[in-house]
Amino acid sequence: MTAALRALLWRDLLVALRRPSDVATALLFFVVVASLFPLGTGAGPNLLREVAPGVIWVAALLSSMLSLQRLFAADHADGTLEQLVLGASPLGVAAAAKVLGHWLVSGLPLVAIAPAIALQYDLSPRLYGTLALSLLLGTPVLSLIGAIGAALTLGVRGGGVLLALLVLPLYVPVLILGAGSVAQASAGLAPDAQLELLGALLAVSAAFAPWAVAAALRIAME
Amino acid sequence: MNATIRWFWFASPQTFFPLAGTIARACGWLAVPLAAAGLYVGFFVAPTDAQQGEAYRIIFIHVPAAWMSMFLYVVMAFWAAVGLAFNTRLSAMLASAIAPTGALLTFLALWTGSLWGRPTWGAYWVWDARLTSELILLFLYLGFMALQASIEDPRRADRAGALLAIVGVVNVPVIYYSVQWWNTLHQGASVSLTRAPSMAAAMLAGMLLMALAFWMYGLWASLTRLRCIIRERERA
Amino acid sequence: MLEASDLECRRGARLLFRALAFQLRPGELLRVAGENGSGKTTLLKILAGLLVPDAGEVRWGGAPIRSLGEEYARQVAFVGHAPALKDELSAAENLAAACAIAGAPASGGAAAEALARFGLAADAVPVRRLSQGQRRRAALARLALSPAPLWLLDEPFAALDAAAARVASELIARHVSAGGAVAYSTHQEAAIPGTAQRVLDLA
Repeated sequence: MTAALRALLWRDLLVALRRPSDVATALLFFVVVASLFPLGTGAGPNLLREVAPGVIWVAALLSSMLSLQRLFAADHADGTLEQLVLGASPLGVAAAAKVLGHWLVSGLPLVAIAPAIALQYDLSPRLYGTLALSLLLGTPVLSLIGAIGAALTLGVRGGGVLLALLVLPLYVPVLILGAGSVAQASAGLAPDAQLELLGALLAVSAAFAPWAVAAALRIAME
Repeated sequence: MNATIRWFWFASPQTFFPLAGTIARACGWLAVPLAAAGLYVGFFVAPTDAQQGEAYRIIFIHVPAAWMSMFLYVVMAFWAAVGLAFNTRLSAMLASAIAPTGALLTFLALWTGSLWGRPTWGAYWVWDARLTSELILLFLYLGFMALQASIEDPRRADRAGALLAIVGVVNVPVIYYSVQWWNTLHQGASVSLTRAPSMAAAMLAGMLLMALAFWMYGLWASLTRLRCIIRERERA
Repeated sequence: MLEASDLECRRGARLLFRALAFQLRPGELLRVAGENGSGKTTLLKILAGLLVPDAGEVRWGGAPIRSLGEEYARQVAFVGHAPALKDELSAAENLAAACAIAGAPASGGAAAEALARFGLAADAVPVRRLSQGQRRRAALARLALSPAPLWLLDEPFAALDAAAARVASELIARHVSAGGAVAYSTHQEAAIPGTAQRVLDLA
């Protein structure tokens, strides 16, 4: 079974590698959204330093949602999704592998780019660690929960916006904990509680979301 | 064997249709006197609040509406789960019928909460923890309705909505507590009664009466809507 | 042995078929016939376990496929309308990945041989640049490497020229005579030479 999962993950990564524009667009979106806020609110250094965690996290949320539409749509269109259902691994495990591939390509780069955005907002460098860690723990949760929404809206009219409406309310705890951890750290307090809660969210969603995704995929295939 | 038959007897939409009408009518008739009594107690009998004066009386609509909006979401998720597990059409139809009423009550809770905030805090929206949670609950209801509306096949719409409702109901406590924590962090204003050690008995009575009234209204509206859905779907 | 009993399916408000029952034993070839929209694809998907019928059940070796799960999936090779190929990968890469995902990894040499049988080169040309016929041939090449005893093929001869169609029917015939079972749909009168076949008409 692991050979099957490795092949699935490898295939997804290979496709993403040979289609860099898809991946790059979502990441570029992240940078653009974060750059828009100061243009709207004014670039006062104190203001920016204060809103930086929130802005970076909201931008990460939106970028993740944009890239989620790609998760199953292409597979559904070219028939590989059917083969996945008929594959050697249970659908829940295969779904987890797909989400992992998606996160490696769309979520992990955000962790790497975030310090650059933090620089734009003049966030203190001692907070970069907390920011990166919160994103590292939080973006997989976004991918996991978002995958449920992506599976539910597969092939549905107005899919992209509908996906956003379904998934954004469910993202709220991750946003609060993620941005809150950095805000906590910037106030000089230890962000341990928030990061541990994020870790807990990650563990629970990693355990349960793949099965919800599998159920949603079967519903969508009718 | 007999118990099983009786259990699923009303699971057929055709069989339940007349019963739904009877229950709906009864609840509709009950809702009116309950609401009248509740409003009377709330607006005339309950004592004036020490700090907020008369303006606080809007809680007799706000709090019961909020209670019912959360209760209806859980009920909706329950019937959706039953429909998914037992593949019964009626349960799924009932869940779809409850959603708009739940959304309406959530909106009412938000609107009255905002009206309460104005005289108390000077602003129509103060990002109070409970109001923010209600807002997210409204998004969850609207998301459920939007998902069902955009899927053409009714069976797939039922099942997809059911899964979404189950995921939602599991997430609601997480969302609620994280918003609570967020609110304490940012020292937001709170739209609530002064922390009296015990709420005056009359206030509690008023809110309970209104809660029952909203419950009867919810039953009437949902079952009436259910009858419309049954008529629509079972035409074929 | 595949057994379908009392199958019923609706698409929206339209009834496709009901009380459908048949058996497919090893060494048998079944052609599902019917006009467009008569439910051929739906029936094959139900047999594969991709769709749940509105009534009735499908059994494999006596056990319902719903309860068998992945065990049954390993016994089935399904080729649907869409060729299940990733545009960005080459035919060989697609074949290797598909075999691994289905639980029967194939070596590079075996994959190249299967492709060659269908007249395709195991080069690095992405599937995006192949013609419809070439894509269908690449999809069918998977069957040559699949150890599954039951083949469910939806319009396998679509977009194939005469030579490729001959290769495909030889492949199917060989599988049937080796003890495998094949159910395929087509709305052409294609006959697979050398093998007796039953016809299930959904019209």
